[in-house]
Amino acid sequence: MTTTTAPITLPADWRDFLALTKPRVMTLVVFTGLCGMLAAPVPIHPILGFTAILCIALGAGAAGALNQWYEADLDSKMKRTQKRPLPAGRMDRQSALHFGVGLAGFSLALMYFAINLAATLILAVSILFYVFVYTIWLKRRTPQNIVIGGAAGAFPPLIGWAAATGDVALLPVLLFALIFLWTPPHFWALALFVKTDYANAGVPMLPVVAGERTTRTQIGLYTLPMVAAAILPWPLGLTGAIYGGAAVLLSAVFLAMAVQVALRSSVPDDAMLPEKRLFKYSILYLFLMFGALVVDRWLA
Amino acid sequence: MTDKDSTALIRARQKARARVMALLLGAFVILVFAISIVKIQIGHAG
Repeated sequence: MTTTTAPITLPADWRDFLALTKPRVMTLVVFTGLCGMLAAPVPIHPILGFTAILCIALGAGAAGALNQWYEADLDSKMKRTQKRPLPAGRMDRQSALHFGVGLAGFSLALMYFAINLAATLILAVSILFYVFVYTIWLKRRTPQNIVIGGAAGAFPPLIGWAAATGDVALLPVLLFALIFLWTPPHFWALALFVKTDYANAGVPMLPVVAGERTTRTQIGLYTLPMVAAAILPWPLGLTGAIYGGAAVLLSAVFLAMAVQVALRSSVPDDAMLPEKRLFKYSILYLFLMFGALVVDRWLA
Repeated sequence: MTDKDSTALIRARQKARARVMALLLGAFVILVFAISIVKIQIGHAG
């Protein structure tokens, strides 16, 4: 008689659950949310402010976990994502799903009971948008995936502002527009130098579907309204000269880098240095812009 | 890996997860307490 034993499955390590929340992406989300809150004209109690930022972080983590739950098959095909807990086989999909849904529910409940309804609703929209609109609907279907999906990452300043004021005003809407318009050049710069990875996974990123030339042109074109959205709060009188000066200077550097990327063509075995430089600078740009906004508010 | 080894590894993982969960729950209790105090203060001030 032969007996079969079921393979013993290890429970996932707590570090894998942490990795599921995409902590590095969360940094920018938390920072822009915090700046949106600090730029609001109404002060918020530090404990409540901390709670609101915690909710934004948990909501972003939940969206990241649900994204990884849905995209486990894609992640296993790309070098950059192969070591994530699901494609690496360190966690089962059901655990990721339960964790993501649980974390989303928890972040929304805490935001509602501790902060206010407006911040809760915007947080809910941002989670749902990232999971359903970007991850499930757009990402595998259209090269415009990150243009529309970029809205999901643009919500944190609105949430931070709403947490402090209970309302939404023009300045946080412009900050939303800034991140929304920043996302395409940021991601397409990345997509230009990891094109093969996306092509292997069958993700219709713009360089894969429309080619490098179109992508470069689009990077240049999207940078123009982004620069306008970045500078606009100053002439509208919503911010002071510190933010205005920083916005003009930082955006000019961004524009110069984007134009360089837009005008060049890659050669075989190209190191893609201008594209890598633009990608890195785009992250620094957003940190500095939001940092300048807070400094401007505090010194004004 | 023997069954004994895997059982020990499973136990170690469960223990680590339980410890992290306990820490998070403790932090949550403190946070809820702090939020309640702040809300009471704001209520009195308003």
